[in-house]
Amino acid sequence: MDLALSPDDWLAVRTSLIVAARAVVFALPLAVGAALLLSRGRFPGRIALDALVHAPMVLSPVVVGFLLLMVFGVDGPLGRPLLRIFGVRLVFSSAGASLAAGVGAFPLMVRSVRLALDAADPKLELAARSLGAGPWDRLVSITLPLAAPGVLSAVVVGFAACLGEFGAVITFAANIPGQTQTLPLAIYADLQAPGGEGAALKLAGVSFAIAVGALLAAELLARRARRGSGR
Amino acid sequence: MSAPLSVAVQKTLGAFDLDVVFEGAPGVTVLFGPSGAGKSATLAAIAGVLVPDGGRIALGEETLYDEGGRIALPPEARRIGWVFQDARLFPHLTVERNLRYGLARARGRAAPIAFDEVAAVLGLERLLARRPRDLSGGEAQRVSIGRALLSQPRLLLMDEPLSALDAARKADILAFIERVRDSFALPILYVTHALAETVRLADRLVLMEAGRVVAEGPLAELVARVDLPMLAERAGAAAVLDGVVTAHEPARGLSVVRAGEGLWLCPALDKPIHAPVRLVVLARDVILAMSEPQGLSARNVLQGRLETLTTRRDGSVLARLDVGGRPLLAALTPDAVAALSLQRGLPVWAVVKSVAIEGAGRSGLSALFDG
Repeated sequence: MDLALSPDDWLAVRTSLIVAARAVVFALPLAVGAALLLSRGRFPGRIALDALVHAPMVLSPVVVGFLLLMVFGVDGPLGRPLLRIFGVRLVFSSAGASLAAGVGAFPLMVRSVRLALDAADPKLELAARSLGAGPWDRLVSITLPLAAPGVLSAVVVGFAACLGEFGAVITFAANIPGQTQTLPLAIYADLQAPGGEGAALKLAGVSFAIAVGALLAAELLARRARRGSGR
Repeated sequence: MSAPLSVAVQKTLGAFDLDVVFEGAPGVTVLFGPSGAGKSATLAAIAGVLVPDGGRIALGEETLYDEGGRIALPPEARRIGWVFQDARLFPHLTVERNLRYGLARARGRAAPIAFDEVAAVLGLERLLARRPRDLSGGEAQRVSIGRALLSQPRLLLMDEPLSALDAARKADILAFIERVRDSFALPILYVTHALAETVRLADRLVLMEAGRVVAEGPLAELVARVDLPMLAERAGAAAVLDGVVTAHEPARGLSVVRAGEGLWLCPALDKPIHAPVRLVVLARDVILAMSEPQGLSARNVLQGRLETLTTRRDGSVLARLDVGGRPLLAALTPDAVAALSLQRGLPVWAVVKSVAIEGAGRSGLSALFDG
């Protein structure tokens, strides 16, 4: 068996990395914001927000992809203005694949940031307040640095989850090589073809290597972050 | 001129009803009272973290809170330094960056409290590059005091800053707090339930119990009042003599302090002549005699007059004397009172060993911490 990756295989790897990286870049600020609201906020509807954020974790990814089609499709309530005003079409596009993957990974990212925020002592924020720091100042100088290990793990966990997302991506963005065909979709396509098991196995190996590499990198970074935060 | 701090706070917290009115003086004002008296809640209201139901809080000419005028400055705008029981240093910043945290946010205002001076007064120079987790409890508390000072506050709140430390560290930090008091012209509001810290630090004393102010006034006046059970009933009941150093006698290992008309001998003080000094004399260390005793080892034998005799809850008698124009307390057994036929107005001799006298500014005050 030939262990070298074919140009098509490399394309799937490249697509996966681009889709996942873009998804994490857009999802991270929203995940931090949602985690802050859930951890520190006291407002009516907090439980509803909690449920909404966690919904993609318990819904079938196919349902998530279908709901995204309804909302972001070319005739959807958000998809139509996006297309008309900004000329952005998400369905069957690489950006759409990032959206679908990012929505699936979102609950995991929020969870990871929120755990770190819950562990950060609010008394330190009170101390910062008595030293003259306003709300945004406290957030940037105290709260987020204390939660840095959680934010970091949100990036890694989110990236890995985006790489692995299948149902929502294929439902919303379809299986287009070079655009939306990420590793799991390419494996699926290989398995559909007669005699494609060998190609599928190689891609599975690549997926495994990327996932383990990401986890190792996360562990190293988390150790450095813990040292940096003095704990 | 208005008082540096004037406080009137009403607040209902569940079943607890806080209703306090008092003033803070230049120097150190101590809020003293048992746990649950409402001291920390009062501090939180002054800092702006607890919003009162009514009242008024003013710092000099500026109103921080006024229910009637609808003024309620947020904590970050009050310019009040706050030292907590735990040091609360930011774990992700070095000691130096912790210290500069408030300083950086005071930019654009006059900054009379300089970094180098704070570091010198609190002995922080060698700690600057360290992380908070590498500090001992006492070091962390010194850094936290420095951090509060450098935010250029107009008032420093200290909420039982020694309570998390052991006895040796307490005496250590207490000396640093005295240096802060003497180095920076900054009013300090200090909360504690420890009488030893109170008699050592306070210029003005505010006694609190069950959400109310029981009494307030200059410290020496209040501690001599035998009608205040919160002070008189304590094993550590003590008289405070504010005097000046008049002589050092190194050959005898003693210093002479004049308080009122009385001359007191105490263990050698590390202070120049004419320097103000506070002597603390525990009531249980004072012996009374009806005539001038001879051949005693005790170095202080002063004539005075018996002013009052008050029986305490435990049966012992607390006598108040006038010695050279200053009040002195003596704890006696009823048997001794009967044997000497002690009565108000009688001339008596007060006998105190020099070593029993604590001069503030020295580091030997740990003996007080068991009361």
